[in-house]
Amino acid sequence: MTGQANAGRPNQLLRNLQSKIASIPMILTAVVIFLGGTLWTVFYSFTNSKLLPRLSFVGLDQYERLWAAPRWLVSIQNLAIYGVFSLIFSLVIGFLLAALMDQKIRFENTFRTIFLYPFALSFIVTGLVWQWILNPEFGIQSVVRSLGWSTFSFDPLYTPSIVIYGILIAALWQGTGLVMCLMLAGLRGIDEDIWKASRVDGIPMWKTYVFIVIPMMRAVFITTLVIIASGIVRVYDLVVAQTSGGPGIASEVPAKYVYDYMFQAQNLGQGFAASTMMLLTVAIIVVPWAYLEFGGRKRG
Amino acid sequence: MKLRLLAAALAATVVLPLGIANAADLEVTHWWTSGGEAAAVAELAKAFDATGNKWVDGAIAGSGGTARPIMVSRITGGDPMGATQFNHGRQAEELVQAGLMRDLTDVATKEHWKDIIKPASLLDSCTIDGKIYCAPVNIHSWQWLWLSNAAFKTAGVEVPKNWDEFVAAAPALEKAGIVPLAIGGQPWQSAGAFDVLILALSGKDTFLKVFGDKDAEVAAGPEIAKVFKAADDARRMSKGTNVQDWNQATNMVITGKAGGQIMGDWAQGEFQLAGQKAGVDYTCLPGLGVNPVIATGGDAFYFPLLKDAEKSKAQEVLASTLLDPKTQVAFNLKKGSLPVRGDVDLGAANDCMKKGLEILAKGDVIQWTDQLLSADSQKQKEDLFSEFFASSMTSEDAQKRFAEIIASAD
Amino acid sequence: MAEVVTLNNPSAKAGTVTKLAAGPKGKKPRPMLSPRNIMIYGALIFAAAYYLLPLYVMVVTSLKGMPEVRLGNIFSPPLEITFEPWVKAWSSACTGLNCDGLSRGFWNSVRITIPSTIVSIAIASINGYALANWRFKGADLFFTILIVGAFIPYQVMIYPIVIVLREMGLYGSLTGLIIVHSIFGMPILTLLFRNYFSSLPEELFKAARVDGAGFWTIYFKIMLPMSLPIFVVAMILQITGIWNDFLLGVVFTRPEYYPMTVQLNNIVNSVQGVKEYNVNMAATILTGAVPLIVYFVSGRLFVRGIAAGAVKG
Repeated sequence: MTGQANAGRPNQLLRNLQSKIASIPMILTAVVIFLGGTLWTVFYSFTNSKLLPRLSFVGLDQYERLWAAPRWLVSIQNLAIYGVFSLIFSLVIGFLLAALMDQKIRFENTFRTIFLYPFALSFIVTGLVWQWILNPEFGIQSVVRSLGWSTFSFDPLYTPSIVIYGILIAALWQGTGLVMCLMLAGLRGIDEDIWKASRVDGIPMWKTYVFIVIPMMRAVFITTLVIIASGIVRVYDLVVAQTSGGPGIASEVPAKYVYDYMFQAQNLGQGFAASTMMLLTVAIIVVPWAYLEFGGRKRG
Repeated sequence: MKLRLLAAALAATVVLPLGIANAADLEVTHWWTSGGEAAAVAELAKAFDATGNKWVDGAIAGSGGTARPIMVSRITGGDPMGATQFNHGRQAEELVQAGLMRDLTDVATKEHWKDIIKPASLLDSCTIDGKIYCAPVNIHSWQWLWLSNAAFKTAGVEVPKNWDEFVAAAPALEKAGIVPLAIGGQPWQSAGAFDVLILALSGKDTFLKVFGDKDAEVAAGPEIAKVFKAADDARRMSKGTNVQDWNQATNMVITGKAGGQIMGDWAQGEFQLAGQKAGVDYTCLPGLGVNPVIATGGDAFYFPLLKDAEKSKAQEVLASTLLDPKTQVAFNLKKGSLPVRGDVDLGAANDCMKKGLEILAKGDVIQWTDQLLSADSQKQKEDLFSEFFASSMTSEDAQKRFAEIIASAD
Repeated sequence: MAEVVTLNNPSAKAGTVTKLAAGPKGKKPRPMLSPRNIMIYGALIFAAAYYLLPLYVMVVTSLKGMPEVRLGNIFSPPLEITFEPWVKAWSSACTGLNCDGLSRGFWNSVRITIPSTIVSIAIASINGYALANWRFKGADLFFTILIVGAFIPYQVMIYPIVIVLREMGLYGSLTGLIIVHSIFGMPILTLLFRNYFSSLPEELFKAARVDGAGFWTIYFKIMLPMSLPIFVVAMILQITGIWNDFLLGVVFTRPEYYPMTVQLNNIVNSVQGVKEYNVNMAATILTGAVPLIVYFVSGRLFVRGIAAGAVKG
């Protein structure tokens, strides 16, 4: 009876002029910047723009080159692995922490700050610190070995096949605090009466969470999902700081390909082609979902 | 008042078109932010301030990915700085073509840059369509092998005098638990090391055929195949480096954890800071001890076109200040690079710098890949070699891909 | 299920932290060493250790001198504690020729962060409110575009935005930068507010409409007071994002407005020369201090949010 966002609304009258005026900044941003900027990017991906955008068209050349580049293919693969694990672990860890925090515990403020503080730190140094901790010569591996387990091996950053997991560890460290915070805000929005009712009915706590609370937190999960997913697609700084995409090209990601080609290689056309592919993939997944989620369904 | 007088006195020694009457503040952006670099920039600023103008410093660390987009945005956004550093070569080409940069030909003619700048190729890199658009300030060369004398002593072998001896000494180093060749994880390091191998092992002509003429047949041919074999050796020797930054790799050489490193002359600053002496603690082999030719990359200042007349005047003053002999000496000693003028005295230079100066004086110089290739081709090369050095890709496959990059290079 | 009973100790209505801990009525909280508490605190402390390990490394490193850092054991406590790296990071580390450390950009960061945070949250909360309660035709379309926009890497948008701001004559000004931050913050924040406002009970909104309240009245009188937790989350997102932003700050302003992160980047990211890890770590902690303080203070507001939640039932 509460919290269900999708019920009908009384405001389908034509009287929401105020609302339209208030939405002007949003409309301008959506149309001019995001839509306009995207079209601009797509348009110039068909040119051979180098340092500056210029109008000399080369058809699909940039795309052919893109899909022939081993580095791009590795990047896509890495993003897929990183994306799936990052999404699952962020949500699970974030929710578990939030649920623990919501048990009326002592020192809640302290714990929340501990989980959240990594989010306040610059990626540049996050990468550096984790680079140290995971370094085989003076990080965890050497500490465990010095304790006597001399064959212990934990060297993700210098092993091409698992380097992406080394980045994942640092990314989760940095990002799960925010997820926890969002979830906690969601949990705090759950009515006490729900808990009372389930207690009266003798429903076990975990069942209450899984079958009652989580479905009620749908909106929070969607927000979180978008934040995590957009962070995954844009992951860049951390990779640069931690591995520079190495060893070799083993931890390259698409956003890094885009930036490197736009600014280091000064080949805007190639960078735009890569970012168009990224956007296209995102659009294929996000647009239908977003439209279902935020669109027509609520009319009426 | 004293400052003014001093400025006037100094100004008289520098050939200034309009003296100090047109003093202005000039914002200068660059990416020299480490200790030694900043000290070097301070020399430039001091010299410029002495002309009565004011150097407003706009330092932004990180050359490729960080500083350049900012500089380019500022220029294209219509809010340009007074002057900006670029690596000379092809980075600013398009800004010039778009008419956003200032033509320095007048200043250059008046100050006879054509006669004083040695080697002349430096000025060529600044010249687009017969006009001069930048003021080169230094020469940095990549072609050095830095060796740790201590490491070889530990391994019980002689300090090598060239690449082949170095490769032969590798097993002994490994046995002593020393990484023979330190190569940091950043892509530009492995790509740069390979370029050095080409120049050193296959010579100037082949180098120029590949990178100058973009001759894909040569790139796929036996000469380069030989270089790829050497790169394969280098790859084997660099196993276990496990560091990212070039200076961390240099530090391995300094501490004797690694036998050697292929790196540019900027590595010298690290040895100096660690209190090591050339010839005693470390050895430097220009051209890997095989082919002592050095390339003339380096830094240059470009001047965006400004509307403000006074600032434009100040740009001219800055351009001539940068090439003033005194500034050149002071700047390059701090920076560890070589001056762009042949007529200045670098008495204080150390052994390795002197070796560089000798080669320069003999004229064994060459344009480096920064000038010969576009940034785009350079990046593709970096992708290839960072992959090559970290994987088990065969040298044949790598050469095939290398030839493809050369074939499509511009 | 005894656990549930304890869990639901209906203390929320009491509202304040201290009372929460004491338990306002009826059953007292269990003694600290109940199995349930051991599990909860055990899990929390284990997690906290994972989160704190890097901070420990940072702090320890920042208190060592460089010779000690070079020795290599990153976990060992400093043999000799020195605060020099902190002093250096704050007041004497060089950015090119300006050797006054992070202090140089501190006020600029404040000047950028405060208006940008306020403006972006104000715009986004109104967007979210309009989308949740006052939907108009086409709103969903704009919103969908906005959400897809959240996935666009910043750097790709630099050139188009430079052009737009140049044409508006705002390039290089603080206003321009505030606009840019509002633009990039808008997708996520709008989503955040929209979802939050939709989850508030509609009866409140309906009742207000019946009473004749309009767009702005409902926003200020009803929605705002009920939205503390979500404003806190939005604030955390924006303050962190804007405070730590480096690229937008330098691309869209002039040097006199350069934020603190420019110095941080210059200290940490110097391409050549010896890396002073201890100074890097001190500089990071110093730069992160402002968001950290905000997080800690905002905790109070977060708990006030419980009270708001209790009202709405």
